[in-house]
Amino acid sequence: MSRVAVLKGGRSLERGVSLKSGARVEDALKSLGHDVVAIDVGHDLVARLREAAPDIAFVALHGRDGEDGTVQELLEVLGIPYTGSRVSACMRSGDKVLAKHAFADGGLPTPDFFSFSQSAFSDLGAAEALGAIEERLAFPLVVKPARQGSALGIKFARDAAAVPSALVAAFSYDHKILLERYVNGRDLAVSVLDGEALPIVEAVPKDREFYDFDARYEIGRTEFVCPADLPAESTARAQELAVAAYRLLGCEGFARVDLLCDRESGDLQLLEVNPVPGLTETSLLPLAADAAGITFEAFVARVLELAPRGAAA
Amino acid sequence: MSLPPKRSRPTAHEIERYAGLFAARTKVMKSSAMRDLMAITERPEIISLAGGLPDTSTFPPEDYAKIQSIVAAEATAKALQYGPTEGQERVKECIVEVMAAEGTTGIDTDDILVTTGGQQVIDLVCKTLVDPGDVVVAEAPTYPGAVPSLNAYQADVVQIEMDADGMRIDELEETLDRLEREGRRPKFIYTIPNFQNPAGVTMSLPRRKRLVEVAAERELLVLEDNPYGLLRYEGDPLPTLYSLDGGQFVIYLGTFSKILSAGLRLGWTVAPRPVLEKMNLGKQGADLCTSSMTQCFVTAYFEHGRWQDYLGSLVGIYRRRRDIMLDALAEHFPRESSWTHPDGGLFLWATLPDYIDTTDLLARALQEQVAFVPGRGAYLDGRGGSSMRLNFSGVSDDEIREGVRRIGKVVREQVELYGTLTGHRPPQPAAEPEPAPPPANVLRLPQRPRPSDSSAGSR
Repeated sequence: MSRVAVLKGGRSLERGVSLKSGARVEDALKSLGHDVVAIDVGHDLVARLREAAPDIAFVALHGRDGEDGTVQELLEVLGIPYTGSRVSACMRSGDKVLAKHAFADGGLPTPDFFSFSQSAFSDLGAAEALGAIEERLAFPLVVKPARQGSALGIKFARDAAAVPSALVAAFSYDHKILLERYVNGRDLAVSVLDGEALPIVEAVPKDREFYDFDARYEIGRTEFVCPADLPAESTARAQELAVAAYRLLGCEGFARVDLLCDRESGDLQLLEVNPVPGLTETSLLPLAADAAGITFEAFVARVLELAPRGAAA
Repeated sequence: MSLPPKRSRPTAHEIERYAGLFAARTKVMKSSAMRDLMAITERPEIISLAGGLPDTSTFPPEDYAKIQSIVAAEATAKALQYGPTEGQERVKECIVEVMAAEGTTGIDTDDILVTTGGQQVIDLVCKTLVDPGDVVVAEAPTYPGAVPSLNAYQADVVQIEMDADGMRIDELEETLDRLEREGRRPKFIYTIPNFQNPAGVTMSLPRRKRLVEVAAERELLVLEDNPYGLLRYEGDPLPTLYSLDGGQFVIYLGTFSKILSAGLRLGWTVAPRPVLEKMNLGKQGADLCTSSMTQCFVTAYFEHGRWQDYLGSLVGIYRRRRDIMLDALAEHFPRESSWTHPDGGLFLWATLPDYIDTTDLLARALQEQVAFVPGRGAYLDGRGGSSMRLNFSGVSDDEIREGVRRIGKVVREQVELYGTLTGHRPPQPAAEPEPAPPPANVLRLPQRPRPSDSSAGSR
């Protein structure tokens, strides 16, 4: 049995979700007989990790710091083994723009997009190019911050007049944003555990046009169908794409890959890869694991086993 | 050593199983994204102008100890025992005294129901009056804390616009006419006439008189929520709706939360007798009686302490903080924004250009370690997206200045970015503080950017 530090909370906007994920992981670790130290990540993180001297850290930290490689880098420095993806895979996955470029370069399908930093608008007059972008992507188009999870800051612009305020909103979360072609598709989440796809979860919003932050975290607001009701070949293709995306970005341990299945053509498009997906009671990865007959405890045990040990220390 | 087995958290499957048992009313009992965002505002490095808290650090600990020892000496058994549902007689006398201090005299203690905070009054009024689908009329924006109660009883809330003089009674009458044509009779009209939460505006005397007339003409009940009436920093006190109406159609809500302590959870209602009797029955079901301990505390405090002095000290502190916030807003917020000028209470309401969404802005503000309440929570219909509520009572003078400066910085940044994106630069921010009172339509949404005219709307 190991001494496990569960890293959770932190400064990101997904703090609340991460606290729930972390608490659930702690329960599972305890019932597996591990010695658990819960750490709400803050200024004293390094001191607390040194004091706790864990055998391994379970990263249950979402969003900034947890999914962008920051905490992983610190753990490398401190020589503490940790769960999930390594630093570079987190950096590639945590940034939707880097991930989408990787997909496109690697020949994996992802909706067309353009990405800009705030300085492109303030210093380079990128606003002049908005018309050309809108023409290429057509309306409605989607505006997203590059690095923000949980659908926070995602806006749908129906016409040119709605684009500037959508950009202002997205820039509230990150200084880099992307404008993406809208795909009228079904929301699919393929969880990957040790390079193998779990059953697909489809998120069907009950009363909203788009799947937003509210719907994602409220019981009863969204219906989750698992396994998703898809033709066998679509299921196989979605799982294949998810594993390809996971491998392409260099993920390890586990991750959740989000895709859209075009309602008309049935084409699949990759949206993003979450290196530390939600592990709450309403999260999709635990639901998928459950459908595969893997209990949450078994999932947590597996993730611990998969973490490379010794190498860093 | 192995730990004892602990019941693990439920799986998603199990949650769905529970969801099948939930009552229909829970479908509208929403927790919000905002709540999760607010998780980060609790961190100590954040300056939070998002709270609604009175500053209880101003209460002298030695007074607290003295009062508790009096309770111990004189009323231990009583404090630890159940009490009557309607409340202890002695505390009702304190309530009569508080109401008289605001000019509402002649209250009969038999017309009072002591409650667990003012919040319980809102719940009990809904419990007593509202069937699913019934119309309740509220202000726009309304107290965000009333929304969960209104939702839980499945009220259909119709919100009436406000301006610097409070709820627009002309619009209220038009709405009532329309509802009548549709065959729908509102169960009650919910208003906070003094220093409204969240808008910070006060209903004028003519409107108060007219509201009471309208209620009587149409035989509609009004819930007058008055937590802040005694926290007045300027201007003359206005009569309560209850005193204007004489207790015919007005249900009065009062509380000790803002004049003494929110932690005591002690509020009250004064209502027409038949309504009060039903509310009493509703309260029996909810909690049998309000905490005897806090009722004994308040009684002892009124007998041995000087509640008016403490209130006076609060008024002094909050007035100063309000002034600091108004000055800071004038200095740091761009011209395109507007805000209310509260004569009392704990909050003011700022409205930004309509292309700024304050929920998203909060994410940016949190990076600057400052928080506010996005306006959307004060509407039930998705409006309020460009507004925010700012609290000035629960934070220090320096934190108010610094917090407003940081919010102003991110707002200006967004105004400038929008200007860049739309190809025109917004007017440059004011070089020096402008003593700009709000225009009369400051609360109406959507609204156009404020004209540079700074003489309008002063009261």
